[in-house]
Amino acid sequence: MRMGRRIAATLKRTAVHAGPTVLGIIVLDFLFLQLMPGNAADVMATEAGSATEETVAALRHQFGIDQPVLTQLLNFLGHLAHLDLGFSPRFNTSVADLIMARLPNTLLLMVTALALALVLGIVFGAVMAAWAGRWPDRVLSVIVLLFYSMPGFWVGLMAVVLFSVKLGWLPSDGNETIGADLTGFAMVSDRLAHLVLPALALASFFVAVYARLTRAAMLEVQRQDFMRTAKAKGLHPLLIQLRHALRNALVPVTTVAGMHLGNLLGGAVVVETLFGWPGMGRLTLEAVLGRDYAVLLGVLLLSSFVVIVANVLIDLLHAWLDPRIGSA
Amino acid sequence: MPLLSVDGLSVAFPGHAAVREASFSLAAGETLALVGESGCGKSVTAFSVMRLLPPNARVVSGRILLEGADLLALSESEMREVRGAQVSLIQQEPMTSLNPVLSIGLQIAEVIRRHEKLSRKAARARAVELLDLVSIPDAHRRIDDYPHNLSGGMRQRVMIAMAVACRPKLLIADEPTTALDVTTQAQVLDLLDDLRHRLGMAVLLITHDLGVVAQWADRIAVMYAGRIVEQAGIEPFFAAPLHPYSRGLLGARVDVDADEHYSTHRLTEIPGNVGSAAGQAGCSFAPRCPVAQPACRQAVPPLVGLGDERAVACPVTVSSHSSPLLGGEAR
Repeated sequence: MRMGRRIAATLKRTAVHAGPTVLGIIVLDFLFLQLMPGNAADVMATEAGSATEETVAALRHQFGIDQPVLTQLLNFLGHLAHLDLGFSPRFNTSVADLIMARLPNTLLLMVTALALALVLGIVFGAVMAAWAGRWPDRVLSVIVLLFYSMPGFWVGLMAVVLFSVKLGWLPSDGNETIGADLTGFAMVSDRLAHLVLPALALASFFVAVYARLTRAAMLEVQRQDFMRTAKAKGLHPLLIQLRHALRNALVPVTTVAGMHLGNLLGGAVVVETLFGWPGMGRLTLEAVLGRDYAVLLGVLLLSSFVVIVANVLIDLLHAWLDPRIGSA
Repeated sequence: MPLLSVDGLSVAFPGHAAVREASFSLAAGETLALVGESGCGKSVTAFSVMRLLPPNARVVSGRILLEGADLLALSESEMREVRGAQVSLIQQEPMTSLNPVLSIGLQIAEVIRRHEKLSRKAARARAVELLDLVSIPDAHRRIDDYPHNLSGGMRQRVMIAMAVACRPKLLIADEPTTALDVTTQAQVLDLLDDLRHRLGMAVLLITHDLGVVAQWADRIAVMYAGRIVEQAGIEPFFAAPLHPYSRGLLGARVDVDADEHYSTHRLTEIPGNVGSAAGQAGCSFAPRCPVAQPACRQAVPPLVGLGDERAVACPVTVSSHSSPLLGGEAR
């Protein structure tokens, strides 16, 4: 009914916006990458140590990077039109395979971190607002300030020191126990144990942002007339806070969460490197170091897809939370 | 026994007293208009009855009896049984007093399900009936609308539907039509009056519009600087207001019948402003009063009953009440 129509309107609007955005991103990315000094052939030649002028030229020709920039761009776009992301000179395999092997891990990490940040942030913020100015608010404010001011990788390192090294509760590296060959529940819990620390490290900053935002929004809502209307109905204070206040306070929080998705993907590079998480972030770093533009372009393209899709989800969430948004 | 009787109510904010020694009562099915300028304590008085004062306000003294039971003595959870079921509230600004992210059906059904043991479906059916009752066309389609889909007048109708949902004995309407245009205003007040007769509710109507009072109220209580200065039935009041402030208020109205217009006549006003009441010993109105005596600045004049449900807090008026002069001076 109404909800369905609102969702359809949101989807249509996003689809219209997404196409040109993606094309623009590809072309810009491609041109920017040309500005980087060096290429895959140079890196390989350097690593080999004994490459002659001829071998390097042969490599260049093989990778297709001896052609003019515009030809390279058109080639790339032509391949892309056939959903072919190209071939990685560095990893010697198709870029699509390479990324598809890493994408689920990154998505898992991102979604977990975002969910964790939202849940913890909203709970912290709601508690802080409910006890504003009293000790639960003060204590949480200090914790939130720490999260806000400490970089994610530092939180991650300290968590490794505490939970992996000292206490030995959680693994510090990878996304599963290598060679354990687990199945069923054991596999799930093993994966979860590996997920906890990286997700926390990635989420810590955002927990702080959402907590502060929720606190401010909840306090703002308390002054609204409809809160008095709700009280005048004789509703229980908890119900008033959950149904009437939080629902309104969530609108700004989800808006900001949507804008943070890009940052989250960027933060994933650092956190994945730190925790040896086999995701796209680490792949990106390796591709940059190896000047593997084919992989890099693929990663950037897919990242923009992930951000766009996530934004659509946030838009839908928005349309559900605030009926005034979808109907415009 | 009156339905509601407020007895010596004083409410204070840090640093100033908002309501001072206010006493009035309201019979079942009656409409009492609480009149006064902005900031005189009308809304604070009304919110005290529901115990919904802002967190920094405090009831200093007094009793608020609803059918003999002191509302100020109830526990918070007992008070929640009263709110919405026995006493309900309509606020001034219908856009902000409805929750923008919840459908109107849910907001109406919510209060029904809170006080009556009804299923979700039954509460929804009742909500449709209520929307019908407040003359919203196509109620069964409108029920899933959100407040932003409705016009100001419609929103206030929804607020009324919500307020009367559990057939309260007392409805507090805090300037219910201030935010509406004049034609809508009359429709909403007509609706309120009609529902009052049909459901047998008493209405505490808070307003600063004497035109509204003359047309829709049974009795009036005039407030000035936190005190009730005059109480009267509507007809005697408009025929002959007693307190100098009430006379000033009526004098400041534009009398269209007498061919008055601001372009041809200078509008009458009450000299001075309400700020002069701050820190004033004795009668708060004394600094602006045309008939003030030195004694007025000494002691706070008590509200003196003059019979026929009439009371006034002005010693000068009371002492000369029998004189025919007062009635003549009213127009």
